[in-house]
This record gives sequence, C-alpha cells and structure tokens, in this order.
Amino acid sequence: MVARAEDVIPQRSALWAFITRWLLTTNHKDIGTLYLWLSFTLFFTAGAMAMAMRLELFEPGLQFIEPLFYNQMLTMHGLLMVFGVVMPGFVGLANWQIPLMIGAPDMALPRLNNFSFWILPFAFGLLISSLFMDGGAPNFGWTFYAPLSTTYGPPSTDFFILGVHMMGISSVLGAINIIVTIFNLRTPSMKLMDMPLFVWTWLITAFLLIMVMPVLAGAVTMMLTDRHFGTSFFSAAGGGDPLMFQHIFWFFGHPEVYILILPGFGIASQIIPTFARKKLFGYHSMVYATAAIAGLSFVVWGHHMFATGMPLATELFFMYATMLIAVPTGVKVFNWVATMWRGSMTFETPMLFAIGFVILFTIGGFSGLMLALVPADFQYHDTMFVVAHFHYVLYPGAIFGTMAAVYYWIPKWTGHMYDERLGKIHFWMAVIAVNLTFFPMHFTGLAGMPRRIVDYSLQFADFNMVSSIGAGILGLSQVLFLYIVVKTIRGGEKATTQVWEGADGLEWTVPSPAPRHTFETPPEFPPVMNRDADERTPVSTT
Amino acid sequence: MSEAPRYHVPHSSPWPIVGSCALFVTAFGAVNFIHQTSEKIGAEGSFGKPIFYTGLAMIAFMFFGWFGTVIRESIRGMNSGLLDRSYRMSMAWFILSEVMFFAVFFGALFYARIISVPWLAGAGTNLETHLLLWPDFAETWPLFMTPSGDATQAMEAWGLPFINTVILVTSSVTVTFAHWALKKNQRILLGAWLGLTVALGATFLTLQVVEYIHAYTELGLSLGAGIYGSTFFMLTGFHGAHVTMGTIMLTVMLCRVLTGHFTSDNHFAFEATSWYWHFVDVIWLFLFTFVYWF
Ligand code: HEM
Ligand SMILES: [Cu+2]
Repeated sequence: MVARAEDVIPQRSALWAFITRWLLTTNHKDIGTLYLWLSFTLFFTAGAMAMAMRLELFEPGLQFIEPLFYNQMLTMHGLLMVFGVVMPGFVGLANWQIPLMIGAPDMALPRLNNFSFWILPFAFGLLISSLFMDGGAPNFGWTFYAPLSTTYGPPSTDFFILGVHMMGISSVLGAINIIVTIFNLRTPSMKLMDMPLFVWTWLITAFLLIMVMPVLAGAVTMMLTDRHFGTSFFSAAGGGDPLMFQHIFWFFGHPEVYILILPGFGIASQIIPTFARKKLFGYHSMVYATAAIAGLSFVVWGHHMFATGMPLATELFFMYATMLIAVPTGVKVFNWVATMWRGSMTFETPMLFAIGFVILFTIGGFSGLMLALVPADFQYHDTMFVVAHFHYVLYPGAIFGTMAAVYYWIPKWTGHMYDERLGKIHFWMAVIAVNLTFFPMHFTGLAGMPRRIVDYSLQFADFNMVSSIGAGILGLSQVLFLYIVVKTIRGGEKATTQVWEGADGLEWTVPSPAPRHTFETPPEFPPVMNRDADERTPVSTT
Repeated sequence: MSEAPRYHVPHSSPWPIVGSCALFVTAFGAVNFIHQTSEKIGAEGSFGKPIFYTGLAMIAFMFFGWFGTVIRESIRGMNSGLLDRSYRMSMAWFILSEVMFFAVFFGALFYARIISVPWLAGAGTNLETHLLLWPDFAETWPLFMTPSGDATQAMEAWGLPFINTVILVTSSVTVTFAHWALKKNQRILLGAWLGLTVALGATFLTLQVVEYIHAYTELGLSLGAGIYGSTFFMLTGFHGAHVTMGTIMLTVMLCRVLTGHFTSDNHFAFEATSWYWHFVDVIWLFLFTFVYWF
C-alpha cells in the first residue's frame, strides 16, 4: 500500500496546493525541510537578541537597553537557541537523513511526524509573544531557577510554561518516531553495528530525549502549581526547597546538553572519513563512547550546583563522575584525529566545518574540565568563563556541526552544489569571529566578570569590545550562509549521485536531488558505491 | 527481495495540524483561565475558560478523527505486520516517557523527605539555618506542621487507599482475562471482563474523589498544606488523571468490542490500552507504598 501525498491534495489553486502540501505533509523530506527552516528562522531571531546584548556590552555603562530588557533578551536568546535552533535543526537533519541512510521509505509514523513539527511554531509563537505582554518576557535566564521564576516571575512566565510543555510533547513524539524508524524500518541487511554513526548518535539522543523531556515537563508543572495553586515544592516555608528546582532542572539539563551535541558528533563522524578518504577509525569504540557519554550524563548534574553548598561527598561524587566523561569524549576526539591521520585529505567546506568542530569543541571540553573541579568552580561559577565554555561547545559544536551537515548533504537535497568559494569565505569568517567573540570571555571570566549582567567594570572594557566586534562579524557571516543556502536551492552546478568522491553509504545511491519517495523496497547493504562514474543508475531505488 | 515489506506511507492528513492548533488553543486558554482566577494577575475579559474548553473539545475531536482514520485503515486491511510492530514499539517508548514524568514527582517526594525537611530542622550542617529561620520547626513525615506554620493531618493508608489498591490490582487482572478471552475469540467473556474493568476503574475514581473531599474538609490536607500536601496531591492527582484517561480508553475499547471490532490476532489498540492500564496500576503500587504507607 503506497499512497502518495500528491494523489490526494485537492488541486484548487497553486497557493492552496502550496499551503496544504506543507501543512498536511507526511513526507519525511518535506518535514525535514520544515524543521530546518524553522531552526534557521529562530537562529536569526535569537541571533538578533544576541546582537542587542553585545551592542549593550560594547562599552561599560548603560547605552542602549534597559537592564530589565537585557534580562529578557538573555533569557529568550538562551531558550530559543537551545530549544528552537539546535534541537529542531538536528531533528530536521534526522528527518531528511535517517530514512535515506538506513534505506527506509519514510519515518515509521509519518502523521505523528507532521504533528511533532507543527506543534513547534505554535509553541515558539507562544514563547515569543511573551515579549509583548504586560510585565515583559521571562527574565530569569534560560535555567529559570526558582524563586526567580516562581515568586518573582512576570505573568508571561505561565505562557512560557505551557510553551515548554508543547515543545516537550513535540520532542518526545519526535524521539519515539526516530527510535522506531531506526529499529523497525532499517533495511534488513543492515545490522545495528553497520549503522552510520549519525544514525547511532541520533538513536542515543532520542533515548535521552524520552528520558529527560518528561522531567522538564515535571519541573515546569511544579513551577505552575507553586505559582498559582499554593504548592510549596520550591518554597522552604512549606517544607520544600528552591534548591530542589536546581536538582530537577539539571537532571534534565545535563542530558539535554548531550542532546545538543551528540548528533553533532555523528555528523563529524560522517564527514571526516569522507574527506580523509579513509574508513572511520574505531567505529565500535565510537558507538560505545557515545553510549557511555549518554549513560554518564544522568549522574553528573550536580556539577552545575557546586557553589550551592552541597555536602562534600556529593560534590566529590559529581566531580569525579564529570571528569569520567572526559574519557569517552577523549576516545571520540582521538578517533577523529586518527581517521585524518595519513588520509588523502581535501578541505571542502563541510570538512572545514567538521575540523573546526573537532578543534573548537575540544577547547570547550577542556574548559568544561576546568569547571568540573570543585575548588576551581567556586571561582569560575557564574562568570563569563562559563559563558565562554558553553558557547565553545554550542557554537562551534552544535551550530558548526549543523552547518557542516547542511553543506555536506545539501547537494543531495537540492540537486545543486553550493558555491564552494562562498562556503569557504563563510567558514573562515565564522571561525575567526567565533574565537574573537568567545575567547576573550575566558579572560574576563577568570578575572571575575559575572555573567548575566548588563554592565561591567572598566577593566573589562577592551575584551568586551573585541567580543562585540566578533559578534557583529559572526552575525554577518550567518547572513552570508543564508545567501549561500538560498543560492544553492535556486541553482548551481548539478550534483552527481555520488556527490563526494569519498562518501560512503546508502544516501549516496539515490539520485540528487533525492526524489520525493526513496527506498520503496529495501536496498541491499552495503551498497555498491560507484566512485568513478559521474552519474550512474541507482540500483536500489524504484 | 522475495517478499518486500509493506511499508506504511500514508496520505497527507489534516489531523496533525488540527491537533497542534488544539494544543495551542488549550495552552493559551489554560493560561488565561489561570490568570483570570488568580488574585495576583487577574486578567478579566480574556475569555480563558471558554477558550480552554474549546481547546479540550478540539483535542477530543482530533483523537476521534485521527484514530478513526487509523481504525478504518486497519479494518480495510491496509496495515501490515511491520506497522503493527511500529505501533507496539511506540507505545512502549511512550510509556517509558510517562514513567519518567512520574519519576520527577517521586523525586520531589524523596527529596522532601530525605533532604529538605531534615535540613530545615537542622540536620547535617544546617543547624544555623534552622535556628535562624524557623527554630520551632520539627521534622516529621507526614509533615504535620510546615516551617511557616500550616497544619494538616495525614491520610490514613489502610482505609480507602487500601481498598483502592485492591480495586486497581483486581482491574489489572480482569483486563488480562479480557485479553485472554479476546485471543481465544470468546466475545461474551471478553465483553464481560472488559466491562468489569471499566467498572472497577470508575469505582476507583469515585473513591478517589471521596478521599479528596475527606482530605480537604476533614484533614485540612490540601495542595497548599506544605510539601506533604503538594506531593500527595500532585502524585495522586496525576495518577488519577491517568486512570481517567485509561478508563476512557477502556470504555472506547468496550464500545469497539461491542461493535465487533478486533480479531483474535489483530487488536493492537486493545493491547496498548491494557499496557497503559498495567502501567497505571504499577504506578499506584509505588504511590501506595511511598505516599500513603511508609
Ligand atoms: C552570534 C552568536 C552569539 C552571541 C554573540 C551570543 C551571546 C550571548 C551573550 C552575550 C549571552 C549572555 C551572557 C551573560 O550575560 O550571562 C549569551 C547567553 C547564552 N547563549 Fe549565546 N550567543 C551566541 C550564540 C549562541 C548559540 C549558538 C547558542 C546555543 C546553541 C547560545 C546559547 C546561549 C545560552 C544557553 C546562554 C545562556 C542564557 C542564560 O544564561 O540563561 N548562544 N549568549
Ligand atoms: Cu552539565
């Protein structure tokens, strides 16, 4: 039974057809595209907020924005980047690529897939609309600690809470769909240990999502009842504890940061072998390392709370557990480097971004290790050093990972090669600007500049000016990225089926652009790659 | 490929978008509803209540439409074993996510009992906090008197809650009997056991309401009665909401059985419902143990 979406769409007018196609679609490629565009749109929205913050921080003193507004920008920027940019971006990639990479015709539950996506515009609409409400948007940071968010939160906090609930529903349903697709729709000749690493990392990410999104839902539910129904979860006067909020939040939060990076690991593990023209070094250890990281991520949440005065034994436990994560992470970095070792490397844009990912993510990992040391963290906590740390793992990690993936797979999606020259300019602009923006934050942080504050004392002026200039360049570089993407969609050199000489895997056996329906019968794995011919008749599609 | 799997590539469908609109309307209405009724915010004239109920109605409409489509496809034999397996896996993972949702509230309960209440009473290194903040506060569980002085009585485990435990465990057994009957195609027995399960679910809920009234009117136990009341009502309340959902699902199954749906080898919806029911039952056993008993 294969019924096609286009069979049933009423052909009333072009506009109507367009709307119904995107609203009602059950096609994984359409839905992937929707996710990616949502992510891209919110990237610029949250980016504009970052620009507003950096503008204000360009110089000491208050020039452009009110402190309260700064707090709102800060909160919305963090929330949107995490839940609206990185997560939907990765889900978009998963939607496009997982069926193509495991030889499945679509996601396992296509209607549910559409539902997962279309919840999100509503959820973010609700969240963003809070900027225009009485009392302003949420202003307590993306971590929404109680009692800032309970006793002192603005009325719009409740819209934020319901928005988080909706995002949670979307993520859990999306994660279920991904897991079931991988387990149930994989082409029979592909064993689990044959799966591409992008698929593996997403499988583990989806597991994390199912485990922790409900925890987040529970946390915001308690917030809601504390705010309006008289419960005292986070109020010591009733026997609860504001610290309990932090425990619950970070029990969600730390696995969440791995949700934000594991698919990026997968992407690097796809791209580096392609352009090093070697097999991935240590495939099995990559899989086990990913699983180990995910497992450990459940027992390290206390490293966000060292400064709260937890009992000593607890502090030590969380410190050692956190440092343990460096082991599997180190395995991964080692494997990426070993894959490149003596490879015949070329440096097309996806490879540049992947290498940037490996190097800069590692810097973020190292500053993370510094933060994991209890006595050191007493000093670093809540300073710009933390901001430097998580931007190094998020920007050159999650965001560069996503961009590498877009450059790598966009020929398959659109049938066109992107403009290599512009791509390289984009990379170099971005990589320089990222360091310009975030590296000085290490210094200001170590020297004691607190985070989340609209103003700072004079001795931090120079470094902050550098950061702000870097941020401006970084913002511009992403406008260039938008231009490159649009240009690629509209035209460009025709992409071949194989696209990249060194690429391996089922997705490179379907024509470029990938037809609307692929793998209607399961393909043979491993596929026969034909690297010499420019164009070939795919064996495994119908 | 000797036998290609029959993949499930359905038509484009209006139900997901109806569902997301419904969620949005519900969420939007819920917040306005809360604000209207809250002394702190008071958003009169925002029509929260009607919007909220409209949203709920839309959600119900979406379920009818969506599941109706799925049922029709199944009856026309459009579904394959592959799709059946997808459904099964999805339901199992969904239940895991629900388990985690309850885990948070259990976490809050244990945190209060093991950490925050003893700390407030000066345990560990917290003597100074205790003396400075609420020197009169004493550690008890159930928390009869909060630090700020709200008093409540405890809910007794061996009255209604115990009866409810028996009811719920029995209902898990009866739904299994119904399943066995279905597998042997004994439709009368199936209907009877299923009907009994629905009745037990409804009885449970009724007794739960009685218990809540008792708590509020006689024990002074309310959502606002400190962390004991908070955890008590949030845990039993969410559990009750799940039992309500489960009872509705069982009722739908009963109606479908009576209209002649399901065969002895094709009845995923029935099984999913019974998994859900067992899950709700297991949660209750934890609740009974840690909320009521110990
Ligand atoms: C142009 C790029 C970016 C700039 C200039 C920027 C700048 C900033 C600034 C100035 C802050 C507030 C620091 C403070 O006062 O504590 C911040 C916070 C934050 N940013 Fe970014 N950011 C950028 C990109 C990103 C990306 C890509 C992500 C995530 C993937 C991200 C995630 C966050 C988070 C989670 C916070 C913390 C918010 C909070 O403390 O509640 N940022 N960013
Ligand atoms: Cu962490």
